[in-house]
Amino acid sequence: MAVPVRTKSRRRQQLEEAALYPLDWVEERSGLVGALKYFLFRKVPGDISWGHTLGSATLTAFLVQAITGAILAMYYKPHPDTAYESIQYITNDVTLGWLVRGMHRWGASVFIILMFFHMARVFLYGAYKYPRELNWIIGALLLILGMFEGFTGYLLPWDQTAYWATVVGVNLQGTGPFLGPFLVNVLNGGAEIGVDTLSRFYSIHMLLLPGAIFALIGLHLWLVIRLGVTSQPWSPEAAGSGEPEEPRPAREGLVRPARSGGSE
Amino acid sequence: MVEPHGPEQQPHAPPPSLWPVGFAVGVAVLLTGIVVGWPVAALGAAIAIVFGFLWVRDLTGPAAAAGREPPPPVGARPATEAGHALPLADEGEIERFPRARFLEGATLGLSGLIGGLITLPVAGFAIVPTFVGQKHEDVDIGELDTFPEGEWQVVTFMEDPAEGEVSRRTAYVRNNGELEGQPSLTVLSNRCAHLGCPVQPSGLLDEDASETVETSNTVVTRIPATPAAFTCPCHGGAYDLEGNRTAGPPVRGLDRYEYEIRDGRVFLVGAYSVGSVQGEGKEALIKRYDLMNPGLHVDGPSAIMYPIGPRR
Repeated sequence: MAVPVRTKSRRRQQLEEAALYPLDWVEERSGLVGALKYFLFRKVPGDISWGHTLGSATLTAFLVQAITGAILAMYYKPHPDTAYESIQYITNDVTLGWLVRGMHRWGASVFIILMFFHMARVFLYGAYKYPRELNWIIGALLLILGMFEGFTGYLLPWDQTAYWATVVGVNLQGTGPFLGPFLVNVLNGGAEIGVDTLSRFYSIHMLLLPGAIFALIGLHLWLVIRLGVTSQPWSPEAAGSGEPEEPRPAREGLVRPARSGGSE
Repeated sequence: MVEPHGPEQQPHAPPPSLWPVGFAVGVAVLLTGIVVGWPVAALGAAIAIVFGFLWVRDLTGPAAAAGREPPPPVGARPATEAGHALPLADEGEIERFPRARFLEGATLGLSGLIGGLITLPVAGFAIVPTFVGQKHEDVDIGELDTFPEGEWQVVTFMEDPAEGEVSRRTAYVRNNGELEGQPSLTVLSNRCAHLGCPVQPSGLLDEDASETVETSNTVVTRIPATPAAFTCPCHGGAYDLEGNRTAGPPVRGLDRYEYEIRDGRVFLVGAYSVGSVQGEGKEALIKRYDLMNPGLHVDGPSAIMYPIGPRR
């Protein structure tokens, strides 16, 4: 017996069509709407946890850094004579400057900390194993680039802490065998920290590294979409299979492998 | 979810192996050896090579190959009398003409060439200037007569006034009197030999007697001081009055400035690194090396890690 269907009024249908028309227009010409749906409405294991949100949280932290950084760049002047004053200006004079600078300054730590939590989750769940090794490697590169962002960004306030921390940091990297002494020159833009160092760090900090990080995040996400999300090692479910398999007794250990081969 | 080899096949993960552990131990011993000494490094290298070989053999051996799909047949027709070797067309693949292959190669090759032509100068622009033109002008720090014999002065000056405050440097200068008719000075750099922090004099500074004088090419501030030693605020490196390391993490003594006396004025004409100093004052015997970055060994076994450096 047919369930009575509530038919929509003609007017409502017209409204919906009008509202969806731009989306359909874009979809027909680009497939972008479908791609977004493919990205957002993937199958994931039924029992994934809050731990699985750490990657998205890290991405969010990075986007906050990118946006606040782009806005800080509107007021910041990367020259030894003006950098410190421009930071003071941003903090004390520009409306809400203290807030945006604070977001960028504290968000940097949040970004790094979240990367480590995300990495710990992936490690403890064994999510770096076949076929996801490549994504672990890309993630490690992102961690290195993220820490290099922290290093280059630390110089920009151009106060005593920034200056001497960078002296120590650059010389520390200079103790690397064989190539270390040359690395010092490349980082400093010369034998010592000089007039070119600040703009050099600034360029690396806000153009080179973010570009590389964006590109690697794209690859990172693509592999997540392609390979899917792992469930916990103790999960009774095979990822994406819909129905859980036969119930299991309570878990015995943190990393007990699922008998069915788990998520793979 | 991707099942690269169909759901019924096992993924071809490498079989569990203990060889990488031995390889890692070997690498760790090798790295330790770089610090400790040659024999340990050689031992580590030997361990790493042996276990690395066993690991690679494990990965490529018959046991590993058994779990792997056979390689797809690769067919290339042997060269005929006509001299052409064309690839066999797989089923479904369109036969390709030499012209198409030539055009493909030409497109890729030209793109690569253009990319290289653009990338090389840009990379050079980013890197090469950091190694050239690093030499500064000699710095005039004032008349020799203004440095009383046997007393220390904290001398700060701009290495390159055109660069401004960022080129400000500090030296600790003591006039040692004359040696064989020539004036002798001890001019220590305040750059810590650990990681480059500013070393401080442990003793009183006579700030009231400080004077700022304009010399022929820079502005110099001089403060009389009575240090008992020099210490670094960052990580606790300590030096005696000749710049020898006495405590903490520095790997060598304090760098020194080279000086010349011209018409009774003291010019700093460059700097050099110091391994250690024997004796003191004008009698000091200085083990001198080319100027090196902070943190780099100039003597001892670890010096082999820094055979060459950029010109200063």
